[in-house]
Amino acid sequence: MTLLKVNSLKKYFSVQKGFMTNPLTLKAVDGIDFSLDDDKIFALVGESGCGKSTVARLILRLIHPTSGEILFRGQNIFDLNGDSLKAFRKSVQIIFQDPFASLNPRRNIYDTISEPLKIHRIIEKQNMKNKVVELLSEVGLGPDIMNRYPHELSGGQRQRICIARALAVSPKVIVADEPLSALDVSIQAQILNLLQELKKEYKLSFLFISHDLKVVHYFSDDIGVMYLGKIVEYAKTDDLFVKPLHPYTELLLSSAPKIRLGNEKTSLHAKRYTLSADKLEVPSPINIPPGCPFHPRCPKKFEPCDKVVPELKETNGRLVTCHLY
Amino acid sequence: MRLFRVIGKRFTRNRLSVIGAFTVLSLITISLLAPFIAPQDPTAIDVHNVLSPPGKTHPLGTDELGRDLLSRIIWGSRVSLKVGFVAVGIAILIGIFIGSIAGFYGGKVDAILMRFVDIMLAFPTFFLILAVIAILEPNIFTIMVVIGITGWMDVARLVRAEFLTLKERDFVGAARALGASDTKLIFRHILPNALSPVFVAATFGVAGAILIESGLSFLGLGVQPPEPSWGNILTSGKDNIEVAWWLSLYPGLAILITVLSYNLVGEGLRDALDPRLWEAERH
Repeated sequence: MTLLKVNSLKKYFSVQKGFMTNPLTLKAVDGIDFSLDDDKIFALVGESGCGKSTVARLILRLIHPTSGEILFRGQNIFDLNGDSLKAFRKSVQIIFQDPFASLNPRRNIYDTISEPLKIHRIIEKQNMKNKVVELLSEVGLGPDIMNRYPHELSGGQRQRICIARALAVSPKVIVADEPLSALDVSIQAQILNLLQELKKEYKLSFLFISHDLKVVHYFSDDIGVMYLGKIVEYAKTDDLFVKPLHPYTELLLSSAPKIRLGNEKTSLHAKRYTLSADKLEVPSPINIPPGCPFHPRCPKKFEPCDKVVPELKETNGRLVTCHLY
Repeated sequence: MRLFRVIGKRFTRNRLSVIGAFTVLSLITISLLAPFIAPQDPTAIDVHNVLSPPGKTHPLGTDELGRDLLSRIIWGSRVSLKVGFVAVGIAILIGIFIGSIAGFYGGKVDAILMRFVDIMLAFPTFFLILAVIAILEPNIFTIMVVIGITGWMDVARLVRAEFLTLKERDFVGAARALGASDTKLIFRHILPNALSPVFVAATFGVAGAILIESGLSFLGLGVQPPEPSWGNILTSGKDNIEVAWWLSLYPGLAILITVLSYNLVGEGLRDALDPRLWEAERH
């Protein structure tokens, strides 16, 4: 069943360059569509600045879109208010990238985790403490951490607290906005395993936002590759890693540090592109190139690429926006 | 809480601020204990000892009505303290209210409120207060209120600036995503993190309010005699400056020391509460 459906979602920001000049438009998200099914993990990958985090904030209804809609169980979340909004807030939660910034420095851990329980009246006052202890143990933390403040904890501990806080409302969907990238590699693995256990236990769906293909390969069911506010390729995770279609996906795979996974079929032997330094530069989302937005960096560009914007096309049951197909 | 210990440690590192804090605490104690430590009734007239110089019975001398200067200065410190704290309290409440709303909601609300702040700032405060006091009855209550409602603009600006950055922080986003109401976001999540510059501004504000009160009382528009205030003691000092230097020197010193101490404390707090410096402390 489709839990979350995103339809031609756009978010433009206007950027004032100077006094008395016309504001420029920054197209952070420029018409994307995807859907997230029950009990599935959809990964959104792309370089920094491609609009991934803006998508996360839109889905959480922290910001409003320029146009388009996000349907949660068939209802546009931007039409919700009052009780229906509260119910939505209870169903969709977020884990942010920076565990240092996502906890209120002036509130202790007990206050932080009990807050959602109080807002949604999930549990009576006398059982609050037990529930907090239970949530902490779910994320592998002891009860003694309750009276501490965020600045006394390590990055991994803080990210666990953030996960516990999100779990407090028993959500259906968790948007994980680069939940690992601020952590040490050893901690990354622990948190990833924790997320996977919790997914099974709570039957969660994830929108997993990342730039780390290793992690995505291990974790997700489907992938959308995002470039300058648009999704350029959709695929099942295994298909994408075996044969990336869009040249940008190929570039991403080849620029990832070499990885070899146990299964020989899915291991990566992507050839390295030799890109000159100026080609490596990501164009500004304020000034998106005409035609295919990727063409200035594309090693396979040909005649129509710098003039015609490619449409989303289906080839062999996969979706890609590229003139090659 | 460990945070306070860190702040305390940073504060005590500045010697001058510690001296300032000590003086401020002493002044507060003196004014609270005024009825017990003042050697004489500050309004008791003694016509046989008019303008007597500092000596055994009157350590700081007497004024033109023979009233004991030391007692008057001690009682006068109550006025300064009251005006300082109440006026700044009023200013902070208004400033936090306006600043929070402007910073949190942004857009048109922000633009309107901040233009209002600009208008308020365009008035020369002291003359505005003079005009208001001239219309209203000059007493300590009106002074406190008027200084308060003409002094909130800086606080509003500081709070607004803090809100603008804090509301974009992830912990506020997380709280919003959890369904926290605007009131909760403002008062539980953003405001507690926005208060450090307000404390600093408040400390400087107390010094400013004490100066304004002294000025008003000096001009006869503040605390009315016979009730003593440092400002109105100075007025009689001015009238008798050729024969009684002590009537100008001692209340002047009292004002100087008080204002200086509050400013020193403010400076120490500003450094101790600077979050950029704290981060360095922790790692």
